[in-house]
Amino acid sequence: MFHQKMPDAVPLTPDLVVDGVSVSADKVPIVRDLSFKATAGEVLAIIGPSGSGKTTLMRAMTGEMAYRGTISLGGPEVRGLAPEVLACVRGVLPQASQISFPLNVSEVVGLGLIDGQRDRQARKRRIAEALGRVGLSGFEGRTYQDLSGGEQQRVQLARVLCQVWEPLDPVGAPRWLFLDEPVSSLDIKHQYQIMRLARDYAINGGGVVAVLHDLNLTAAFADRVLVMRDGEGLAFGLRDEVMRPELLSVTYDFPLECLAVAGARPVIVPAEDKA
Amino acid sequence: MSDTSLPGRLAWSGLKDAGNGNREPLARAVIAGLMVVTLTVMLASLATGPIAVPVLDLLPHMAAYFLGDLDGAPEGISLRDWIVVMDIRLPRVVLGALVGAALAVSGAVMQGLFRNPLADPGIVGVSAGAGLGAALFIVLGNAVLAPVMALLGIYAVPLAAFGGGLITTLLLYRIGTRGGITSVATLLLAGIALGALTGAMTGLLVYVADDHQLRDLQFWGLGSLAGSNWDKVLSAAPIILAMLVCVPFLARGLNALTLGEAAASHLGIRVQRLKNLSIVLVAGATGASVAVSGGIGFVGIVVPHLLRLTMGPDHRFLLPAAALLGASMLIAADTLARTIVAPAEMPIGIITAFAGAPFFLWILLRKRGLTGL
Repeated sequence: MFHQKMPDAVPLTPDLVVDGVSVSADKVPIVRDLSFKATAGEVLAIIGPSGSGKTTLMRAMTGEMAYRGTISLGGPEVRGLAPEVLACVRGVLPQASQISFPLNVSEVVGLGLIDGQRDRQARKRRIAEALGRVGLSGFEGRTYQDLSGGEQQRVQLARVLCQVWEPLDPVGAPRWLFLDEPVSSLDIKHQYQIMRLARDYAINGGGVVAVLHDLNLTAAFADRVLVMRDGEGLAFGLRDEVMRPELLSVTYDFPLECLAVAGARPVIVPAEDKA
Repeated sequence: MSDTSLPGRLAWSGLKDAGNGNREPLARAVIAGLMVVTLTVMLASLATGPIAVPVLDLLPHMAAYFLGDLDGAPEGISLRDWIVVMDIRLPRVVLGALVGAALAVSGAVMQGLFRNPLADPGIVGVSAGAGLGAALFIVLGNAVLAPVMALLGIYAVPLAAFGGGLITTLLLYRIGTRGGITSVATLLLAGIALGALTGAMTGLLVYVADDHQLRDLQFWGLGSLAGSNWDKVLSAAPIILAMLVCVPFLARGLNALTLGEAAASHLGIRVQRLKNLSIVLVAGATGASVAVSGGIGFVGIVVPHLLRLTMGPDHRFLLPAAALLGASMLIAADTLARTIVAPAEMPIGIITAFAGAPFFLWILLRKRGLTGL
């Protein structure tokens, strides 16, 4: 709560390791014995039907919920890390964000500047840059509550970006972006804009873990995919191994098909819609 | 009420919003303006009363007195003026400043903590709890609680009020918060219930109280700074000043908390520690205020809200500004209370309620889509 400077860097390896993790809420198991490994430099998408435990898993990985098993963010166990240490290693975009007081956009984004940066010009520049990346340049003076849902979500993303601005920390270890349905309230242009931004973050060495609902967006941007159903991992692997209509049909309990058009990426559609 | 925005208003056009959303210069200007206002109100209050006193002439002597260069009344100054200012008005002004600052800052911290602009120690029953603690010692201080009273001396009543406030705040938080989410409806309703309960217990004490104690109890109904003296100042000052010193360290955490508890924790805030510290500080400052001045309402709602409208909700600036505006507002209200029906006195709570209650309704009506209600 009082920290102003960055804590000493934690020794990090490039991987997020989840090993035998179970999470319960009020003694009801939500996530059961899940294991996988995400690598920095890649976008990992977590997909699955509603209620399959995606958000709960996310909350365990970000240190927000207690869990059994092992979650290590590049070495140390997440549950043992202090909030101020974790905050320097990973940023989290929650599903929906209500703000209790009428902060303006630059004040919200500025909350992400946790490194105690005192230089006002530098702060201002960073905020403007972050807003530019999410396509909200010039929104600094607007009141957060007056924005549309999609704009609010992008402001929050700009705030998270400010927190873990450099994908690599000073000693070259990756930082992580955890995005819970980052594009759920965005129009298609901004969906692609935000997903490109996430991919750029990974390309520059950071790690990205995103809960997604849109299968085609997943197919377009994820390097690796974790498929969840009823709190368990149904499949985990490279995108093209996992994004198969048979597997997805079982996952969602809904017939899906792959629609291939010459010269374009195959599209996943409901089976009965095929003309 | 004192007009707070005059010094700010001069610079308003240039500071309001440079288009880059940076409200810090405006906030600094408001704080600077409030410092001037507070000093002016203090001097005006010292000068005002049945006897007009040339306060400015007294100032150098007062400085000398407090620096220890002067014992007793200075020469060339009327003894009557000296006594009126030093023994009657100055403790009252100092106590008003302490209580006003404590109430306004408590309101601001509580609103930040509960993430709602309607949270206030007076409304959610914390003041009532503190009142019960204090009443226990006033009525039973010479009987069952005499040993404790002897041990704690003048600090017994403020500490008891602090205890009462602390217990009420903790209860409220436990009742109003489920799974990290504070329900404002539950909070306000629980506050009413707790307030009624503690009020009933205080009412029971009335039956065993003697005449003198009854009079002491009476003034809690509406609150008053009458009967201020240096003992009261000394008993309340340590707790309130400690709170005012600690509270800036909460600002960054309270700012992050506007995003919610989870997001604040993601930003590296130790949320549980922030909550604990806030609750202790609010209970302490409210308890100390209630012990010396009774339940003065609405300062904790009106002051932070006015400031948020003027300069934004950034707690780094809101908290110090609330201390200044709360102090000057309460001194102004008290000056009014003791002059408006002179030589009688009006309870200051009547004035703050007259100004504050409509304001509270106005906030309610403006915020129809109240978060979490």
